[in-house]
Amino acid sequence: MNRDTDWGYLAPLLGKAFGETLQMVSVALLFAGVFGLALGIALYVTRRGNFFANRAVFTVLNVLVNFVRPIPFVIFIFAVGPATMAVVGKTIGTEAAIFPMAIMASFAFSRLVEQNLVGLDPGVVEAARAMGASRWRIIWSVLIPEALGPLILAFTFLVIGVIDMSAMAGIVGGGGLGDFAIRHGYQRFNWEVTAVAVVVIVIMVQAVQVLGNVLSRRVLRR
Amino acid sequence: MTTAAPPIVSFRDTVKTFPATAGLVRAVDGVTLDIHAGEIFGVIGYSGAGKSTLVRLINALEPVTSGAVLIDGKDITGLPESELRRVRAGIGMIFQQFNLLASRTVAGNVAYPLAVAGWPRDRRRARVAELLDFVGLADKARQFPSQLSGGQKQRVGIARALATNPRILLADEATSALDPETTQDVLDLLRRVNAELGITVVVITHEMDVVKYTCDRVAVMEDGKVVEHGDVYSVFARPQHPATRRFVGTALRDRPSPAALERLRHRHPGRIVTVAIREDGAATVDLTRALREHPIDGTVVYGGITEIAERPYGSLTLELAGDDAAITAFIEDLSRSTTVLDLGTAAAPLADPDAVGPRASAFSSGDQGGDAR
Ligand SMILES: Nc1ncnc2c1ncn2[C@@H]1O[C@H](COP(=O)(O)OP(=O)(O)O)[C@@H](O)[C@H]1O
Ligand SMILES: [Mg+2]
Repeated sequence: MNRDTDWGYLAPLLGKAFGETLQMVSVALLFAGVFGLALGIALYVTRRGNFFANRAVFTVLNVLVNFVRPIPFVIFIFAVGPATMAVVGKTIGTEAAIFPMAIMASFAFSRLVEQNLVGLDPGVVEAARAMGASRWRIIWSVLIPEALGPLILAFTFLVIGVIDMSAMAGIVGGGGLGDFAIRHGYQRFNWEVTAVAVVVIVIMVQAVQVLGNVLSRRVLRR
Repeated sequence: MTTAAPPIVSFRDTVKTFPATAGLVRAVDGVTLDIHAGEIFGVIGYSGAGKSTLVRLINALEPVTSGAVLIDGKDITGLPESELRRVRAGIGMIFQQFNLLASRTVAGNVAYPLAVAGWPRDRRRARVAELLDFVGLADKARQFPSQLSGGQKQRVGIARALATNPRILLADEATSALDPETTQDVLDLLRRVNAELGITVVVITHEMDVVKYTCDRVAVMEDGKVVEHGDVYSVFARPQHPATRRFVGTALRDRPSPAALERLRHRHPGRIVTVAIREDGAATVDLTRALREHPIDGTVVYGGITEIAERPYGSLTLELAGDDAAITAFIEDLSRSTTVLDLGTAAAPLADPDAVGPRASAFSSGDQGGDAR
């Protein structure tokens, strides 16, 4: 920190890193939002006693989620390398980092979704069934709206987890703020650069959390 | 009342089992029962008797294990899901915990079944207004359920259940989460639904008062079986099954318990008799007449008279003073028009034959004049 830091050189790099983080996080979240929600709903509805109860499907999904979730992300990135290659066409770069992030985030989100749905009063589902609503209609017109407040908070939690994951993207040349902090700060013993990168991340996280809180509160104020 | 009408709901040897830790639970165990169009039918039983399961077979929320359920004479067992949805849409249901959608306003909740049934938006709005007006919540349309009291929530539940003009309304413990006053309001509303809209109402409850106040006919359930059913007054005025007797006992504590009888004998050492008050016995009139005509004095020391299905029901316990022959003549006279149970005197007590249960079997069986001792 006592060294003169060349911000004229670093600032554009920081900007680029910020852009990469935004890109990785938003694409991964977009994917996880859709796929994780679907998987979470699938876990919920195939549970015993629920309206698509199916022991085999539930068990497969449940074991899959339990298997993937505890894998440390750094290892997961390499573990899914072949799949990344097949889908993205390369294993290096920002896009290559997005793929494992999206998968891991989907699995993480699915569990959060499932938990929030399990917390719903089954009575409202029963009421909708008694009115003759189809099961698909119940999913989009009862399950999701009724759990929306907690789902927004769960998604907020996920955003922060995905920002955290993105810090490891540098390992496959994905860039981003974490990579910037390590490369230009940590590895050069430049604490000022590290601190700036950290502050940017903290501000992002804060902004996301505040937004999530406001949205969920708006939905829950009823 | 609805003698010739075909049953709107009919159970034929209906069985519903659930897998349990040890084998199977027979939640509904061979029920055969008809519910007639236009009546308010009660199903009473203790928790776990199988009432909810029975009612959920009517709108096929659960498939039967064996036997059949007929709606309007049509067997619904084994229908595909798409057709069951149509059956359900024609049957309204309300719940103990109301089960309103917290994410929707009152109007949104009432509109939900209309959307399910594919009503166009403008007709939906008019129908919602009409329904909220009917249940007296027109001013609450834009509120959320969490802003309402329990009674108001159940009114929304009723409006929602009636939205698509069902012919049957199922009420599963609809008043069990409400205080007595609100319960009365909701029961009144159910009676209006029946009387003004002609909707058949099936009321599930564990409370005798609900059946007593609301229902035309009743089935008493225990262990998945209907142990007794029929006209509310006859079922409860002459209960045959112990479960029925227990329910009658909860509705009116008109007869002294063994402990209360002990205390009575201390205060009133003379001859004690309990006189049944039934609509067909004109018993209070007869009692007054018999007291006037016989050379004895009678003092009411215990008792109660209530209404079941809008007819008088209860008993009065009296201490009789006079000589033994006169008292015996009095009892014999009165026994010709109603049931009189002689409890003896403090010096020579006669036991209540039903002292173990809250109600009397012989006493309640209603064979007039037969069982005075
Ligand atoms: N979905 C279910 N799975 C397993 N057992 C059930 C289920 N629903 C009800 N039961 C059992 O069936 C019996 C009757 O339950 P229910 O119909 O809810 O009784 P009630 O409404 O009279 O209290 C109980 O023993 C209950 O545990
Ligand atoms: Mg029940």
